Amino acid sequence: MAAKKTAGNKTGKTQKTDRDAHTLAKIDRLARDVLSQATKGTNPALEIRTRGLSNVSFNTKRRIIELGDKTQSREFFNTAMARKFMQTLLVASGCKKLIDQGKTVSIRQMFYMTKHTLAGSTENTFEDQSESDPIIEDLEVGIDALREELHLFANKRGLVVGKLTVNDAGDTIDLAHMGRGGWGIPSICEADQLKFVKNSAEFVLLVEKQAVWLRLNEDRFWEKNNCILMTSEGQAARGARRFLQRLATELKLPIYILVDNDPWGLYIYSVLKQGSINLAYESMRMAVPGVRFLGMSASDYKKFKMPKAAEIKLTKEDIARAEQMRAYPWFKDGKWQREIQVTIDNGFKMELDSLLTKSITFMAEEYIPKKLRDRDYLQ
Amino acid sequence: MASRQREISVSEFFTKNRHLLGFDNPAKALLTTVKEAVDNSLDACEEAGILPDLLIEITEVQAAPSPNQPSRFRVAVEDNGPGIVKPQIPKIFAKLLYGSKFHRLKQSRGQQGIGISAAGLYGQLTTGKPVVIISKTGKGRPAFKIDLRIDTKRNQPDVVKDETAEWDKEHGTRVEIELVGVWRGGRTGVQEYLEQTVVANPHLALTWVSPKGERFEFPRVSSELPREAQEIKPHPHGVELGMLHMMMQDSGKKTVKQVLVDDFSRVSPAVAQQVCDMAKVSPRMVAEKLHGDELDRLHKALGQVRVMAPPATAVVPIGETLLIEGLKRRFPKAEFYASTTRPPKVYRGNPFVVEAALAYGGDLPAEEPADIMRFANRVPLQYQPKACAISESVYQTKWRNYELQQPKGSLPIGPLAIVVHLASVWVPFTSEAKEAVAHYDELLDELKLALQECGRKLASHLRARAHEQRESMRRGVFEKYIPEVAQALAEILGVPKDRTEKPFYKTLPSFVRLADDPPAPREDRNGKAAPSIPPPPDSAPPPSPATTAPATTGKQQGKGKQLSLLE
Repeated sequence: MAAKKTAGNKTGKTQKTDRDAHTLAKIDRLARDVLSQATKGTNPALEIRTRGLSNVSFNTKRRIIELGDKTQSREFFNTAMARKFMQTLLVASGCKKLIDQGKTVSIRQMFYMTKHTLAGSTENTFEDQSESDPIIEDLEVGIDALREELHLFANKRGLVVGKLTVNDAGDTIDLAHMGRGGWGIPSICEADQLKFVKNSAEFVLLVEKQAVWLRLNEDRFWEKNNCILMTSEGQAARGARRFLQRLATELKLPIYILVDNDPWGLYIYSVLKQGSINLAYESMRMAVPGVRFLGMSASDYKKFKMPKAAEIKLTKEDIARAEQMRAYPWFKDGKWQREIQVTIDNGFKMELDSLLTKSITFMAEEYIPKKLRDRDYLQ
Repeated sequence: MASRQREISVSEFFTKNRHLLGFDNPAKALLTTVKEAVDNSLDACEEAGILPDLLIEITEVQAAPSPNQPSRFRVAVEDNGPGIVKPQIPKIFAKLLYGSKFHRLKQSRGQQGIGISAAGLYGQLTTGKPVVIISKTGKGRPAFKIDLRIDTKRNQPDVVKDETAEWDKEHGTRVEIELVGVWRGGRTGVQEYLEQTVVANPHLALTWVSPKGERFEFPRVSSELPREAQEIKPHPHGVELGMLHMMMQDSGKKTVKQVLVDDFSRVSPAVAQQVCDMAKVSPRMVAEKLHGDELDRLHKALGQVRVMAPPATAVVPIGETLLIEGLKRRFPKAEFYASTTRPPKVYRGNPFVVEAALAYGGDLPAEEPADIMRFANRVPLQYQPKACAISESVYQTKWRNYELQQPKGSLPIGPLAIVVHLASVWVPFTSEAKEAVAHYDELLDELKLALQECGRKLASHLRARAHEQRESMRRGVFEKYIPEVAQALAEILGVPKDRTEKPFYKTLPSFVRLADDPPAPREDRNGKAAPSIPPPPDSAPPPSPATTAPATTGKQQGKGKQLSLLE
């Protein structure tokens, strides 16, 4: 009577939470639908919401990017889709195993869990992680489950120090005593595992680059300015974004963002503010519409009398990306159009590091304090 | 000056103009010699109703000083034909322009009666050796062995030796000619000629021995002799002025009308009357008195009068089935064969039939231009492909429409061999060397239509094959992933794998189309067989028969006129 066994049944394994049972039921229904379609002789298909510019919209009221309802049918009996169909089910089965056993793995580990060579060929179920990551995202939107509900996490990325004490999985961590390295922000920052214990910071400063963060940390910028100092280490990962959103909503802290003055830096800010196209279905949990764009602004060049040495000529790709971004609905506002236009007109970009042309401590002691003082930011 | 002028004998003329007959150079001379002898043998056998059995031996009697230099060969061609009565032998083999074929309108290989004696003459000029003939006309009769020379001044045979010989053949003829030649391979070689001859003559059993001593045997693949071509009288639309003049001169005391009715094809008394009226010539005038303008007007009227086309029975094609059989003798391992025999058509009063066949794939070279074999009345044409209407028709055919590559204005590329055969009472060659067919519009149109028909057959085969390959590739993809999908489903649902796998294999045929594997009827929700199966979502619908195999009824478009209709 093995056939009667369903995902909800306890099979003597780890005790499951309600949320786990709920997720298992979703995976189970996906599998049942596929099998019943095959049994009926129709083409088994998975309906997955399209993740792309064509299926996102900017909700001007909530000021976040939202995923639309357009779906894409992923059919098995279609040579262009069969492989991805197979991969989606493999990941679904892998996630079921994780939930059953109460384990959590990284998306890279999931890649290895589901990777094997197909019988009678040299083809692998997944050739590399870049193939399995989007499939995981497909499954997330396909069965409407969050990544942590699937017991998956991404590699952690992002560092934090400052006047905040947190409790993570039972350990109390004072972020004011993290030394030079800071605390790595976990991939999953949900309230059931990560709690804010005590806060005395007045604002949050997030810088794009680890090197800039290290520089500011060395100068103990967060101590002198009574704040929390974060870095996203490039494009912000989900953990850092969720962490930032909770700082904004639960601690009501103003958040300032410092990125390079180029289209890519501005886009990092944009993702933090209103979400990304690819993860539009997660915007609600991650976007922080109130984040403030502190710099570097194209106008800082004149304002701070930057030397010629700070300039890096814009490449063709930079300009193309800038034009592309200018067309996004969430950059339609005049101030953003102007910001982008000035960069294009300047014909050069500037890295945060270029502030060191002035002096080693210029950023910590003059640039940031002056901008904060003057309320010289965009929002 | 007048004293220096004298009659030139034909033999003398051809000694000086041997290129006109295909003896331009030693390599070509060797080919032409073999060819003339083989043509004669085949014609003789077929006329006597005998299935031809030919033995050809080419021996190098004196080695060349260095490779590719001319050397001395002996060519022997032996048939099982009816044999030749002794008094005729010298004339046939050692008198130029003696023949039975020139004075009649009948489809045959040779046309002028020059060939074999010219070959003998060439041999005599280059080696000094006589032509040796052995012939026997029947069981119990003696075999004659005769050595012949040609007196080039008088165009008369000169019997050097005449003896009876022992010959175990019941009947047949053997010709031996010694000549200076070059053995050459490739398109213009003797081997190519013989292999092509084998293709166009499925009823021929051929054994031949190369100068290197290799022996090749081609048993016959058809025991059916080609139907004997009917001899026809000249058709009013095809007669030339000189010919008309001669016909009138040779008519004895007949009237113009009588000559028209008696000596022309398809001319009834009423038509003759009409011709005379149109030409303003009295039908009762004595024909041999017709001169100058009258003759001109009569010729013009003959060209214009509405008259039935000549009888199609005068032309004998190889036929679609035998064309393929013939082609298989040379390319036995091709993957696909197609052939087309067009209905008879007429140009300038001459009936003709065009046929085409092709072999594709298998061991044919894939990356090279197609191999073109041109035939006129079953005789391979090996020289001057660029000047020939047959080649032109291949170039003009748009092979890209038939799934083949074709660089602009050139031959199609691919594992392809093409046969084109023109059968006619009178083949319009571009020159006396009979190497290339002249570009008549009516001919070119028919040639192209034949090639197009073959091309369509090939394309439908290739499309079906491509479809098959595509489908089997698709099936492979699905079969590769089904176990994975089934395993994942089994793990999620906690059921045995075969329970999740079977439904996929059962459904698979509905989404993969293989020709030998009709789609399984699918069931709808109520368990009834669904009436129609939608095509697989990611493949083009299979080509419908209507687009790939156009009906090939006899009546096709084209300028060439349908026979036995009023012109």
